[in-house]
Amino acid sequence: MAKVATKPKAPAKKTKAKAITVAMTGNAGCALAMKQINPDVVAAYPITPQTTIVEEFATYVANGVVDTEYVNVESEHSAMSACIGASAAGARVMTTTSSQGLALMWEELSIASAMRLPIVMHNVNRTLSGPINIHCDHSDSMGARDMGWVQMFGETAQEAYDNTIIAVRIAEHEKVLLPVMIMHDGFITSHAIDRFDVLEDDVVKEFVGEYEPKQALLNVDDPKTFGPFAMPAYYFEQRRQLRAALDGAKDIVLKVSKEYGKLTGRSYGLFEEYRLDDAHIAVVVMGSTAGTAKYVVDQARAKGMKVGMLKVRLFRPFPSAEIAEALSHLKAVAVMDRADSIGALGGPVYMEVKAALYNSKKRPHVQGYVYGLGGRDTGPDQIETVFDDLKKVARGVESPREQVTFLGVKE
Amino acid sequence: MAEKTKMKWNIKDIENWGWKKVPMGATIQEAGNAAYYKTGGWRTEKPVVDKEKCTNCLICWINCPDASIMVNDTKMEGFDYDHCKGCGICAKVCPPKAIEMQPEGGED
Ligand code: SF4
Ligand code: SF4
Repeated sequence: MAKVATKPKAPAKKTKAKAITVAMTGNAGCALAMKQINPDVVAAYPITPQTTIVEEFATYVANGVVDTEYVNVESEHSAMSACIGASAAGARVMTTTSSQGLALMWEELSIASAMRLPIVMHNVNRTLSGPINIHCDHSDSMGARDMGWVQMFGETAQEAYDNTIIAVRIAEHEKVLLPVMIMHDGFITSHAIDRFDVLEDDVVKEFVGEYEPKQALLNVDDPKTFGPFAMPAYYFEQRRQLRAALDGAKDIVLKVSKEYGKLTGRSYGLFEEYRLDDAHIAVVVMGSTAGTAKYVVDQARAKGMKVGMLKVRLFRPFPSAEIAEALSHLKAVAVMDRADSIGALGGPVYMEVKAALYNSKKRPHVQGYVYGLGGRDTGPDQIETVFDDLKKVARGVESPREQVTFLGVKE
Repeated sequence: MAEKTKMKWNIKDIENWGWKKVPMGATIQEAGNAAYYKTGGWRTEKPVVDKEKCTNCLICWINCPDASIMVNDTKMEGFDYDHCKGCGICAKVCPPKAIEMQPEGGED
């Protein structure tokens, strides 16, 4: 309710930036964010469904609206290698990929993190072959989950745009200095036209600031050796330090997201809780399916069911303690993975959540679901069946399933 | 071999540094440190010079790929065994055959 001001207010301190509402695909939003960031170097190779990001960005380069050195490479292996070289040289570097492209970057991914290079990369989620398939699931980025990169998943085109800008500040933060991988769902978010708000170029420029590398190959006044060989006497300490840096990134994700929230009015945390406070049962999801889950939660709430949702935004580092706390009051939780960890207990998010809860005094029953592999549609009906299952577990009618459930697979 | 000026980066006891102290990204903080890495242990044969035969022509010094011929005041003074790999090039190029390659491990 608007209140009538009784006395004239001093002009409000201008904290929020002007919002420009656009209708664009998620990928166009990411390309726009890259244009506004104006990185020094982009080395990328096209791959569906990421291609339209590099395509649009290449147009910005060709039109001279960015100062970026755009390196056309012959593969993703070379793309990430070029990014590593440029980042070690002291440049602000971005790239984008998907699926097999990410797989081809494999050996460089862990070199980028071990060398503590703040490269920002979109991985537009597409399933890994085979059989070859260009549609969405999270198997590509999940394969890279132990590579020492910060990993953030976005639900919408708005989040894909916002995360691009936020990621630069996280990666380059002196307490982090790690590569950041930002995800949004292939085709669902990447190619669908969405309505969202963007910032003015100057606002983004000011928010990301100038990148001043802590150490740089091209700083001839302070020459150093980058990427040396580390014998058993040195390797382990490097990995331990890397682990500390990645764990520490959690606080910086919160800090930068909060600052971005002040600027835009869009606040992001480590995860999003949706009608979770007084819920008895809930689903944990990541990516665009969170939107469908919110719809199902609203429908169920309208019928008086106490259901909620938790959407994981930051997957690496995994905010275990915070998620365990957020779920502790529930009776039963279903974790929905858009990737299978074949041969393991279930999907990757399921295993993280279950492990996070194990030592908690108060913990809900947890069961795992794998859904939407290779772009299989996940409609409200599938999430409704998950809530139906959870109701039975919460009431004690059924015991929680030990085996992971495959949602929407043809038996 | 001329003594290298001391590094500014103090690497004393570096093998025992803890994970909070090791440089970020394994970066070696100062350039020009190869002299500190003793690679002579790879050698299976070592060059030995007979100064009676040596004419100080310094052809060995020009050809040694490892800068391991020690020279002082234009005189050939022997070998830097901390870095000499025992490749035998010096012995091969020496005009008066003043350098002999001897197997390692046979003597102290
Ligand atoms: S043996 Fe090879 S490395 Fe050793 S001094 Fe002779 S040329 Fe140099
Ligand atoms: S090449 Fe032979 S003669 Fe010439 S300086 Fe070397 S050891 Fe002496």
